[in-house]
Amino acid sequence: MSGFLAVLVVVLIFIVIFQIAKASEYVSILKGEKKAREQSNRINGFLLIAFLVLGLIGVYYCNDLLKGKILGESASVQGEGVDTLIYVTLAITGVVFVITQIALFAFAFKYQEKEGQKAFYFPHNNKLEVIWTVIPAIALTVLVAFGLKHWFQLTSDAPADAAVVEVTGKQFNWLIRYPGKDGQLGRKANNLIDPAASNEIGVDWNDPLSKDDFQATEVHLVVGKPVKFVIGSRDVIHDVGLPQFRLKMDAVPGIPTTLWFTPKFTTKQMKEKTGNPDFTYEISCDQMCGAGHYSMRGVIVVETQEEYDAWVAKQPTQYSLAHPDAAPAAPAADAKADSTKTVAANIK
Amino acid sequence: MSNEATLHSQQEVMHGAGAHDHHDHEHHDSFISKYVFSMDHKMIAKQFLITGIIWAIIGAFFSVLFRLQLGYPDATFPWLESILGHWAKGGRITPEAYYALVTMHGTILVFFVLTAGLSGTFSNLLIPLQVGARDMASPFMNCLSYWFFFLASLVMMASLFVQTGPASGGWTMYPPLSALGDASIGSKIGVDLWLTSMALFVVSQLLGGLNYISTILNMRTKGMSMTKMPLTIWSFFFTAVLGVLSFPVLLSGFILLLMDRHAGTSFYLSDIFIAGKALANEGGSAILYQHLFWFLGHPEVYIIILPAMGMVSEVLAISSRKPIFGYLAMIGSLFAICILAFLVWAHHMFVTGLNPFLGAFFVLLTLLIAVPSAIKVFNWITTIWKGNIRFTPASLFSIGFVSTFISGGLTGIWLGNSSIDIHLHDTYFVIAHFHIVMGVSAFFGMFAGIYHWFPKMYGRFMNNTLGYIHFWVTLVGAYLIFWPMHYEGMAGMPRRYFDYSTWTSFNQFEGLNQFISFVVIIVFATQLLFVFNFFYSIFKGRKMTTLNPWKATSLEWTTPIHAGHGNWPGEIPEVHRWAYDYSKDGRDFIPQTEPLGPNESAH
Repeated sequence: MSGFLAVLVVVLIFIVIFQIAKASEYVSILKGEKKAREQSNRINGFLLIAFLVLGLIGVYYCNDLLKGKILGESASVQGEGVDTLIYVTLAITGVVFVITQIALFAFAFKYQEKEGQKAFYFPHNNKLEVIWTVIPAIALTVLVAFGLKHWFQLTSDAPADAAVVEVTGKQFNWLIRYPGKDGQLGRKANNLIDPAASNEIGVDWNDPLSKDDFQATEVHLVVGKPVKFVIGSRDVIHDVGLPQFRLKMDAVPGIPTTLWFTPKFTTKQMKEKTGNPDFTYEISCDQMCGAGHYSMRGVIVVETQEEYDAWVAKQPTQYSLAHPDAAPAAPAADAKADSTKTVAANIK
Repeated sequence: MSNEATLHSQQEVMHGAGAHDHHDHEHHDSFISKYVFSMDHKMIAKQFLITGIIWAIIGAFFSVLFRLQLGYPDATFPWLESILGHWAKGGRITPEAYYALVTMHGTILVFFVLTAGLSGTFSNLLIPLQVGARDMASPFMNCLSYWFFFLASLVMMASLFVQTGPASGGWTMYPPLSALGDASIGSKIGVDLWLTSMALFVVSQLLGGLNYISTILNMRTKGMSMTKMPLTIWSFFFTAVLGVLSFPVLLSGFILLLMDRHAGTSFYLSDIFIAGKALANEGGSAILYQHLFWFLGHPEVYIIILPAMGMVSEVLAISSRKPIFGYLAMIGSLFAICILAFLVWAHHMFVTGLNPFLGAFFVLLTLLIAVPSAIKVFNWITTIWKGNIRFTPASLFSIGFVSTFISGGLTGIWLGNSSIDIHLHDTYFVIAHFHIVMGVSAFFGMFAGIYHWFPKMYGRFMNNTLGYIHFWVTLVGAYLIFWPMHYEGMAGMPRRYFDYSTWTSFNQFEGLNQFISFVVIIVFATQLLFVFNFFYSIFKGRKMTTLNPWKATSLEWTTPIHAGHGNWPGEIPEVHRWAYDYSKDGRDFIPQTEPLGPNESAH
């Protein structure tokens, strides 16, 4: 019923607007075309300048209202460069924005049609055109130079001592795998995936490197220590989005990608910094991946080395979860045999 | 009755003068050959326009539906269930329906409205009229071009009604999501229909594009050298070139996708485990599709914006009563944009794992596009400087175009820089950027074109007051909708999310999302007002009483008010000067057909 009423009201408003519009057309014909044009010109000229003034105030007001809701300081060392570049770009584009919008609307207002005013025949001026080709070109060169400097830093190889975490996307959650003590991830293949046998990633248990790998539901990182994400997907394209760290990388089936960064603040510190007791570092999926795309949420916990070590100590290896029948003593013996094999593999 | 009389009393003045121009040039066409399978470029233009308007209403309505979900995620709207059925059980859109709506909104507006509806309409209408030709190089191909578009429309429309719903993987249709029916309900028959429809659409674009190019190159009237053409024609020319060179690449990408779906090939598929089993496909690259897609996809945004630029240049010059400033620079910048358009596609792929070194070149080339764009903006502003501007609805929309093109173009400098894109990629910042720069701007260009050339199409005017209301609500609304989205994007809020409430990083914008959705509804209603104005004016609008109501120089205003097939009853007029002699030598305007005076210099 209320829906019906709403439609009725909208239709009524339409009819009123239409009648006014029609009537104004008759009036303008009766008044004469020239007079009607002068009048509508004055009104629209005023509206243009009003739009400019209110618009610029609106831009300021909007910024005031929303600036507290964006992310604040970057939570990774690498993100600082991204933020700097954003500020530089904002300054340059902001100045251009204000100047051009003011020129556009102010000229439109100032040079509206007036009795006796003649337009100025001004087809071209080479000097002006060269100026406004060269100035943007210089500004852009600066931006490109800054941008590429940061870009090559962001995409450089991770430091040798970086921790490694494997993040695999699947519809619709993230599978997290740590390489364990040996620092190396075991081989995996999509035809080995067997969720029923606790092998969501498809780890090859015959690979000795896989024996000490463990999986987790959250990513745990050590504050101040670089970490390298090895990113993949087992079905469609996903994207590891790390808004607080200012980074992003696609997860593509069949093509591993990497991303590294150094977290600056622990989750606890961020809770204090933001004044938000619920603050969580989240991994968002930023590439449309199906009906559950919006719910593909991962959690990152940044903590101190001690907290991290305590957490790692509690994680059972995925191998032991996938082989519950194996005697509890077996892993130790395996590990010994493995280490010799690993060495052999490394020598090769 | 008396009002009607007032409205149409002036027409008699002109009628006597024009009457003897009516030679027996018009054939007596049947209804079918005149209105359905017409080969008259003017009728085909109207067909493109009206089909485009219908699609625009559908596509925009879809955005209202998904904005309801975004603005009011907890509310239920029982009427939704009555129109969407099981896609909105209990009055709440399901995620599957949400993604289908988002995908269709993008596809419809990018391809069917802003490509076919925009360049299809105005290239067809204006190329023969402004270069002085009786019709297109091949009227039959032109007719086919519309009917392939119509077929594409039918197939796309049909896909909305199949049981598993239309394609829902986003308008870019990235595999593997779009390649595997098991990955999403929308990737079942919906994607096949989508690909079929798009293939037909590509055929339509090629038929149209080849025709536009050959008409412009070969069929210009006597004296109409390339540098005497209005900028509209230049922009349609570059648009057609972009389309002809890039659409086939898209088609090839689609064919490979179809083969991956049905012929067991692995162009895009590798190492996939889905629906409980590992697929045998190996060695394909999902990124290959993105290269093929964006090789069209990026030129596509210029296919959308160039015609708008051309029409805005024309309308701004006419309404300022000044020549367009820097005519040659305007052509040069169109040309530069056209070339660069082919060299920047991978800026959509900075975070796909693309080689960073390669990415660096795409950063450079992408930011280079800002130079010709800046030239155009400065030239438009200089065109209105010291003019004598008449604020018709068309000129207001042109000013609005320049404003939104600046706002949206500047954020392109942010996103084109890979180090910023790595944070903002696929967030609401991107949504804000491209909606302002190619959605709103292109629509403003299109509206400017419609208000300006409506008299040429139908011999009547649209209602001015409704036009002004349309402009002001749309301009203010567009900024209210998209400006705050930049902030959501800065917070990293990803696009294409059905619900943000479970995210601690993105749930702070609840009130803002509601506000945006509210404005969307108002702006949508205002567009319906425009549609009403359009159709009402076709039949009841104030009649055109003079041949050249805007006092323009170009050739289309030398044809009779209701020009038949062939456009000019007698000889095609000869052209002696460029199209921008406004306020020259103390004269308000000098038509292109007037020979240069003895002491007069060409521009």
